[in-house]
Amino acid sequence: MGVLEDRLPENILFTTVDKFLNWSKKSSLWYMLFATACCGIELMQTGASRYDLDRFGAVFRATPRQSDLMIVAGTITHKMADRVKKLYAQMPSPKYVIAMGSCANTGGPFYKDSYAVLKGVDRIIPVDVYVPGCPPKPEALIEGIMKLQERIMEKKTLVKK
Amino acid sequence: MDAKQIYQTLSEKFTGRIKQFQENTHPASVVVESDAIVDICSFLKRETELEFTSMISLSGVDLKDQGKMLVIYHLGSIRHKHKIALKVELDRNNPHVPTVEKVWPGANWYEREAYDLYGIVFDNHSDLRRILLPDDWEGWPMRKDYVYPKRYHTWDV
Repeated sequence: MGVLEDRLPENILFTTVDKFLNWSKKSSLWYMLFATACCGIELMQTGASRYDLDRFGAVFRATPRQSDLMIVAGTITHKMADRVKKLYAQMPSPKYVIAMGSCANTGGPFYKDSYAVLKGVDRIIPVDVYVPGCPPKPEALIEGIMKLQERIMEKKTLVKK
Repeated sequence: MDAKQIYQTLSEKFTGRIKQFQENTHPASVVVESDAIVDICSFLKRETELEFTSMISLSGVDLKDQGKMLVIYHLGSIRHKHKIALKVELDRNNPHVPTVEKVWPGANWYEREAYDLYGIVFDNHSDLRRILLPDDWEGWPMRKDYVYPKRYHTWDV
């Protein structure tokens, strides 16, 4: 606060609108309960008490209508891909996507010669952060979420440059 | 009962419909006529000395060079602790075999999977749809001459 200290009434802070909006977006990344393979186990572990994703303001929601973040945890088959697109369309803006693990990034072990698996979820929906690993440890996923928070803080809502 | 005895029992009961006995496979296998498969299976299941109550697996094989398709039934008996495999040879251009769903209800999904991946049609099956791939998928991916599609719906495969 510096020079302004003690010159204002209580509970008044100065900041930019963008910073305030971005701060509120990044501090309440509610993610959708969505897991299709073994990455889902690590996702559950991340959300549980040991790694405690709640401390980032990220809690899970059981419906896309209340979610800000879709963590694509696991293999997406062509059959599932239509459902993923539908779920993504149901999420309200602003919405973010983390591709968790090799399968969601590129198709992973199924990349060569699989007739059933989608070779990367970025072929159907825009992805903000890719988390490598097979499956990634909870620490890796948390780093992915922190990277996403950094990206959210860079966004400009009012000034287009 | 060992596999040789099972084969002999079968060839006595179904004369002319049992083609071959293959001892070197594991478990030993009996090649049978495709239109006799339901009779043979229900016999194997009902007979007290055989009692094949469990269908362990049903799989398909594409023998492109020989112009044939195989359906292999792995059967096991929990009481007698013996096993046998049945093989059915089909025409590759028009693979048809009667369903054994009425004998072992668990065969339903196995047969759907064989249909899904090989295009083998199981006659009189109650619900012969694709099971793993989407309903509008084209082609039979486990066939040797399968060509991967370039696009599916709106994205690149």
